[in-house]
Amino acid sequence: MANAQPLLSVRGVSKAFLGVSALENVDFTLQAGEVHALLGENGAGKSTLIKIITGAYRRDEGEVLLEGTPIYPRDVVDAQKLGIGTVYQEVNLLTNLTVAENLFLGRQPKRFGLTDVREMNRRSRAILDTYGLHIDVTAPLANFSVAIQQVVAIARAVDISGKVLVLDEPTASLDAHEVEMLFAVVRQLRARGMGIIFISHFLDQVYEIADTITVLRNGRLIDTVPVAGLDRLKLVSMMLGRQLESDIKRTIDPDTPKSEPLVSLRGLGKRGNVDPLDLDIRQGEVVGIAGLLGSGRTETAQLVFGIERADSGTISVAGTPVAMTSPRKAIAQGFAFCPEDRKTDGIVGDLSVRENIIFALQAQRGWMRPLSRSEQEALADRYISALDIRTSDREKPIKFLSGGNQQKVLLARWLATNPRFLILDEPTRGIDVGAHAEIIRLIIDLCERGMALLVISSELGELVGYSSRIIVLRDRKMVSELTGDEISTDHIMKAIASHGATGEAA
Amino acid sequence: MKNSKYLPLMATFVVFVLAYIICISVFPNMLSTRVAGNLLTDNAFLGITAVGMTFVILSGGIDLSVGSVIAFTGVFLSVILRDTSIHPLVAFVMVLALTTAFGAAMGGVIFFLDMPPFIVTLAGMFLARGISYLLTTDSVPITHPFYSTLQDIYFVMPGGGRLTLIAIVMLVVFAVGIILAQRTRFGTYVYALGGNLTSAQLMGVPVAKTTIGIYALSGFLAGLSGIVFSLYTSAGYSLAAVGVELDAIAAVVIGGTLLTGGYGFVAGTFLGICIQGLIQTYIVFDGTLSSWWTKIVIGLLLFGFIALQRGLMWMSERSARNMRHASAAQPSNA
Repeated sequence: MANAQPLLSVRGVSKAFLGVSALENVDFTLQAGEVHALLGENGAGKSTLIKIITGAYRRDEGEVLLEGTPIYPRDVVDAQKLGIGTVYQEVNLLTNLTVAENLFLGRQPKRFGLTDVREMNRRSRAILDTYGLHIDVTAPLANFSVAIQQVVAIARAVDISGKVLVLDEPTASLDAHEVEMLFAVVRQLRARGMGIIFISHFLDQVYEIADTITVLRNGRLIDTVPVAGLDRLKLVSMMLGRQLESDIKRTIDPDTPKSEPLVSLRGLGKRGNVDPLDLDIRQGEVVGIAGLLGSGRTETAQLVFGIERADSGTISVAGTPVAMTSPRKAIAQGFAFCPEDRKTDGIVGDLSVRENIIFALQAQRGWMRPLSRSEQEALADRYISALDIRTSDREKPIKFLSGGNQQKVLLARWLATNPRFLILDEPTRGIDVGAHAEIIRLIIDLCERGMALLVISSELGELVGYSSRIIVLRDRKMVSELTGDEISTDHIMKAIASHGATGEAA
Repeated sequence: MKNSKYLPLMATFVVFVLAYIICISVFPNMLSTRVAGNLLTDNAFLGITAVGMTFVILSGGIDLSVGSVIAFTGVFLSVILRDTSIHPLVAFVMVLALTTAFGAAMGGVIFFLDMPPFIVTLAGMFLARGISYLLTTDSVPITHPFYSTLQDIYFVMPGGGRLTLIAIVMLVVFAVGIILAQRTRFGTYVYALGGNLTSAQLMGVPVAKTTIGIYALSGFLAGLSGIVFSLYTSAGYSLAAVGVELDAIAAVVIGGTLLTGGYGFVAGTFLGICIQGLIQTYIVFDGTLSSWWTKIVIGLLLFGFIALQRGLMWMSERSARNMRHASAAQPSNA
């Protein structure tokens, strides 16, 4: 921080959406020749901050200074012209155009009023040569791997902007070898004196490439610290927020005889998605999945429910191997799945509470055997009272209910199918405290009635509270399985922060 | 692999050569500049509007209004030339300004109201046809002497074939279209829109200007096509050119352009027009076949090309996946 003038300086920036604060009084300073990692879980405000810097959003308060001058980028293109370029995880280039056209779109060299293709190709080759990339620039971009497309995107951003480069999860779909190639480029740009903001969920990569780390949580700045000497456990606790109160645990009788597992995963995995893992889930058991965002939690649940097809391993249900190729097959086995994003993957906003509740059951019965209106109403009323769903009327469109009540309707939908095995992905995200407690009570209640549950949650305290066992995922691998007394937020955070032989660029 | 984007174009070329060989082997007389000249003249209006359609489809859109715009142009010209003393050249400029503005307006609606091009141009199709009826429901002959002058312009090719003015206009339009698509920023923007709208926006493509420009171009070329059609038929009739938009779309797709946009060539559309022309010529030479065979063969060809494109996409997706897996397997398992 000794430099007289930072390259980019964000001071006291706030942003709210419809009165809900997404970013509060955040400071962020980027030096030239620095790789600065921006970390935080979902809802921490990372993407809001990035969108303010890159002009996608306008700030409500505070100021953004580029080389000491306040900037007010109108949009992404404007920010690019000012010197701030962005490369997204989903490479935002045009795969149907050639590499050279992608590099020069909108600023093609001209000769006699027409595009000078030869000159454009020559310059493209010169640009990519500086990155050590020797490819056919006249070939369509679609012919190249995502890693090469990333480098082309970076080359374009640097060539246009040249001061600040924002890399938004650039490594999310790359393998270890490709990450190395990308990092070589990033190091080169750092040596050239560019300021690079690096966003990633992979802590190993952050430690490898970043000089400085800024952690956000719930829209607030937690701290900005140099990477050198930063303890991993401290970093993870900064990101997740340590609960100060001691963990409240459900007492589980350790003498309960171990029944046969209901669901048994053996070497289940999908390349580039989740590494093969083994897991048994018994009746009357809640298995928790912990891990940072992007660690493979949701992907694991999707494999079990047949949304994604595994390319290795087997799933057995009550001892019988099952080919889990589609959610229909999973439902036929008595599985149920409440997805993470209830707004897009769960509720049908314009349909009533009743209609939303009967969906899964009706799908299971098939369209030939419709539920009668009175059956539907009885079912809906039963669950509305059983789960204490607060709605004035069972015919009210579900979009008018609060988040917690929508979540309960989703639970009701699956409970109506009378499942043996229930998967919940972030069941308590974005709901109020009261509903939160009720959903946790419901999870424990279902478990005690003999259902098997697999619950994914970022709220470690809550996970510790109800899980009989917890598995911890890191970088798409299962790194730990905690049972009995080992179940505590401390142990989970240590497992997330650990970097054993499996870590680093494998 | 690298040339996969040229594959549909090459397939079109192969189909064209095969069709020509079949035609010549059955009717050796078809190998003459006379037949070639007639083919170009008969399909001049279709070719011109198909160039506009190529740009629209490359951008991921569709323009259903062109057939009606051709009819409107013919009716407008015939009524103006019958009822006023305006010179045809002035009338040409007037009608081109009208059809270009009409196309631009449709592009504006598509972009600013964020409406599907199918619906907007469907509305445009009814609108243009309706206005033609409003002008006149009769077939109005065009007797202006300037028309005869234009119709008498032609080059005699070796072998006695005539390259008429309207055939020349079509060839020029194709040449300009090829340059516009391959060698200008506008052309690259058209491909960009068809490739991925969000990416195009983030990369700074002026989406509004380009969208309006594309439909304005299609409107302009439909107007030009209407002028050529009026020269070809010496009349304006509000029931003319029904379904020409579909023939144009067929020529574009047979020419190897992907209906979802982003991939294709104006030159391919020229081959598509020639293939359609060859089939018609074959039927004329045969004399016993019903003219509906044109439609049947075109239908079969369309099915064939859609299947080919689908197959190519599967192939490239699979090879992309294999490539990723191959590169993913190497270092991580080492």
